[in-house]
Amino acid sequence: MSELTPPIYETEALIGEDIDAYLELHQHKSMLRFITCGSVDDGKSTLIGRLLYDSKMIFEDQLASLEADSKKLGTQGQEIDFALLVDGLAAEREQGITIDVAYRFFATEKRKFIVADTPGHEQYTRNMVTGASTADLAVILIDARQGILTQTRRHSYLAHLLGIQHIVLAVNKMDLVDYDQARFDEIVSQYRDFADGLGMKAFTAIPLSGLAGDNVTQNSDNMAWYQGSALLPHLESVELQQEAAQAASFAMPVQWVNRPNLDFRGFSGLIATGRVAPGDAIRVVPSGKNSTIKSIVTMAKDGTEQRLDEAVAGQSVTLTLDTEIDCSRGDIIATADNPPAVADRFEATLIWMDEEALLPGRSYEMKIGTQTVAASVQTPKYQVNVNTMEHLATKTLELNAIGVVEISTTQKISFAPYAENRALGSFVLIDKMSNATVAAGLLHFSLRRADNIHWQATDIDRNAHAQLKNQKPLLLWFTGLSGSGKSTIANELEKILHTMNRHTFLLDGDNVRHGLNKDLGFTDADRVENIRRIGEVSKLMVDAGLIVLSAFISPFRAERDMVREMLPEGEFIEIFVDTPLEVAEQRDVKGLYKKARAGELKNFTGIDSPYEPPLNPDIRVNTAQMSAQEAAQHIVNQLFGL
Amino acid sequence: MSELPPSRLTHLQRLEAESIHIMREIAAQAEKPVMLYSVGKDSAAMLHVAKKAFFPSPPPFPLLHVDTTWKFKAMYALREKAAQEAGMELLVHKNPEAQAQGINPFDHGGLHTDMWKTEGLKQALDKYGFDAAFGGARRDEEKSRAKERVFSFRSADHRWDPKNQRPELWNLYNAKKAKGESLRVFPMSNWTELDIWQYIQLENIEIVPLYFAAPRPTVERDGMLLMVDDERFPLRDGETPEMRSIRFRTLGCYPLTGAVESEATNLSEVIQEMLLTTTSERQGRAIDHDASASMEKKKQEGYF
Repeated sequence: MSELTPPIYETEALIGEDIDAYLELHQHKSMLRFITCGSVDDGKSTLIGRLLYDSKMIFEDQLASLEADSKKLGTQGQEIDFALLVDGLAAEREQGITIDVAYRFFATEKRKFIVADTPGHEQYTRNMVTGASTADLAVILIDARQGILTQTRRHSYLAHLLGIQHIVLAVNKMDLVDYDQARFDEIVSQYRDFADGLGMKAFTAIPLSGLAGDNVTQNSDNMAWYQGSALLPHLESVELQQEAAQAASFAMPVQWVNRPNLDFRGFSGLIATGRVAPGDAIRVVPSGKNSTIKSIVTMAKDGTEQRLDEAVAGQSVTLTLDTEIDCSRGDIIATADNPPAVADRFEATLIWMDEEALLPGRSYEMKIGTQTVAASVQTPKYQVNVNTMEHLATKTLELNAIGVVEISTTQKISFAPYAENRALGSFVLIDKMSNATVAAGLLHFSLRRADNIHWQATDIDRNAHAQLKNQKPLLLWFTGLSGSGKSTIANELEKILHTMNRHTFLLDGDNVRHGLNKDLGFTDADRVENIRRIGEVSKLMVDAGLIVLSAFISPFRAERDMVREMLPEGEFIEIFVDTPLEVAEQRDVKGLYKKARAGELKNFTGIDSPYEPPLNPDIRVNTAQMSAQEAAQHIVNQLFGL
Repeated sequence: MSELPPSRLTHLQRLEAESIHIMREIAAQAEKPVMLYSVGKDSAAMLHVAKKAFFPSPPPFPLLHVDTTWKFKAMYALREKAAQEAGMELLVHKNPEAQAQGINPFDHGGLHTDMWKTEGLKQALDKYGFDAAFGGARRDEEKSRAKERVFSFRSADHRWDPKNQRPELWNLYNAKKAKGESLRVFPMSNWTELDIWQYIQLENIEIVPLYFAAPRPTVERDGMLLMVDDERFPLRDGETPEMRSIRFRTLGCYPLTGAVESEATNLSEVIQEMLLTTTSERQGRAIDHDASASMEKKKQEGYF
């Protein structure tokens, strides 16, 4: 970074004199995304406001309203409060804090910049992670008077975790420490120790003042002792992640199959890494089929077809292949000799983003690239204290918690470790019921277990078992409140089926908890694991050709759906034993409701733990209106169409 | 843009690639998407990106124009042509209640925007059952937009809850929703006004001629320069339309859109004026003048 010339708008005069020359110059700008971390006290908003102001991104009418607002709400007396320019939503302005990610734009003649402005407090960790996920660079602000604080460590940890290669330590408010070099050196030295411990390879420290404008757009005479670049020239010159990604092997997740007519079949996607050209040998993963790139198709200005000689990471293209091979959304087209790995068990870092905590064992939807699969998370190995980087034991992850977990998917997916490849190693988890994005994830590596334990193929398969018994195997899943009559009805039903020469087995909640699941309690997480194990056992029995009757409260829809997904379509029959809470509580066969009401029993479904009734059960029985025998007969009628 | 060396992508190439990626995600994940088309310059740029995204197929969704019946004549002329050239179906919705009640910008003020645009849009989305609607809004337009997601989730009654938005990480967009809920999608979120203009110039995109200066009949009213586009414009006492060389920086309903006096007759000159200008884009629109948080309120009610 040798250039110390004023970086922006040297060519401003060109706008008036020769607009075409100016535009020509500005067409070749590159684009840098960066994040600013720090709190209001560090002067973050002021710094961003200053960058926007100095690069003329503030218009006169905005300035007028800013001046009015500064007098009303500002903290700078009669001075313009740049922070007000940046704090967006009305609620935030009243509270005087930034609570979301706001994106700002400005440009110099070399680059366009997208700034993700994120809040600094610990309760907004998820917002910072969101902003950091697309950033090439992080500006970590600290107040020169305060030095390195807990939040500086947290911001640095998160930026490093999210794989941001360029870290700028912006030592702000130098004007308030008399532009003292010794103070700056002291802070940098402390930070270097911390960064080393974190594994951060490099950072750039810049002394500046956002309020006074020192070392923001150009080097300040107030700090002649500082030999490096001012902030803006530094931002203009760092290497872009998208350009670094071109050096990796080619990979493009397929988003959409383009099929306008029988003669054209193209695969559309955003190139994640590397470069591609016609004639390149490719492999489609996870299927493993090989082919060759025939053409890279795009539309020319006039609406006609244009073929590219080459395309690189960061471009959205449509590829055609030499041969007709199976390839659709979720597949990755990659270099034939170095395609991404394929696995279904991983270690990963999760950043939890939802009010509702992680439920180990629950089936979530995992979106990685263009692939969407069901995934479940084991009990975390540990949680990271984001302030001290200590590892803590935990059973779950709550909002803003970061932890390392084992995660398994129902089918194999293509991936790369996040540290090597952001695009192929990042994922989000989505709650299947609320559809909320509940977590962000970074894949570390695949766990060998999945590779080494292959499914043992047996000659006598599930069809053979079923044929011998002359029946269609089924899992009859009874769900309902405690005391609704599940076990009683299941018992009656099994008797009827027995007389019909059906081979059956009844799995009862209480009985299973005496043996297989005696290590589990009644917390939400244990309930999920309870149902997962019962689902697996039921599945094995159905594979053996049996009609399995499982009677469990199974209060959560997500887990019942998880069991449904374990079985072939049509073999899982959800039977809702629909008994109102008042009726079940009145019966209270086991005296449990009484105990729960007295507070002697915690997490009791219907009392202090929720029950989610089936939205669309296969069979519903109403025990307020039918006896157990009538209910059992009703089920038989429904099952066998009698 | 492809004549530039691909190894160093320009900011416009990156923005275009990102917008294309967003549009394809919706095409793949939504059941019934639609593209809102207002005939303005942002719509023109968005439509051009859509054509590129799906080429050689036409974009796999229709265009929807929520018509207030008070747009400029020149906008109606370009509307049909642009849809036809893109090979896309054009749907036009006019709020029948607003029509029956004769709601107009001269007599009804804020109610005009409310009924024709906000209500009209909700009606159209419900009528056709669209579950995702592309809009050309940009984050640089206005403060509350700066925090808008690319995929903006709306409840079954089209409300936007700024406190309950889904986090958007990397380029992984969650398009899942329950029945009745919908998404507003903003593929041009990260473009600035200058980016849009430069793209229109580079890609040679046709826009409404009103963006270029020409002598047009105008009156000055409440500090705004309004164009007398047709005979429905009620002149006040003492007002006589005067020919002025004007153009528009943004296009909406003609009685609500202020013109600027200008001599800029081509794109370079328009961009030049934009760069030298000292007022922001939305200044010309009457809707934003109330409170500085008014856009946020309108969005919560379902305005795009």
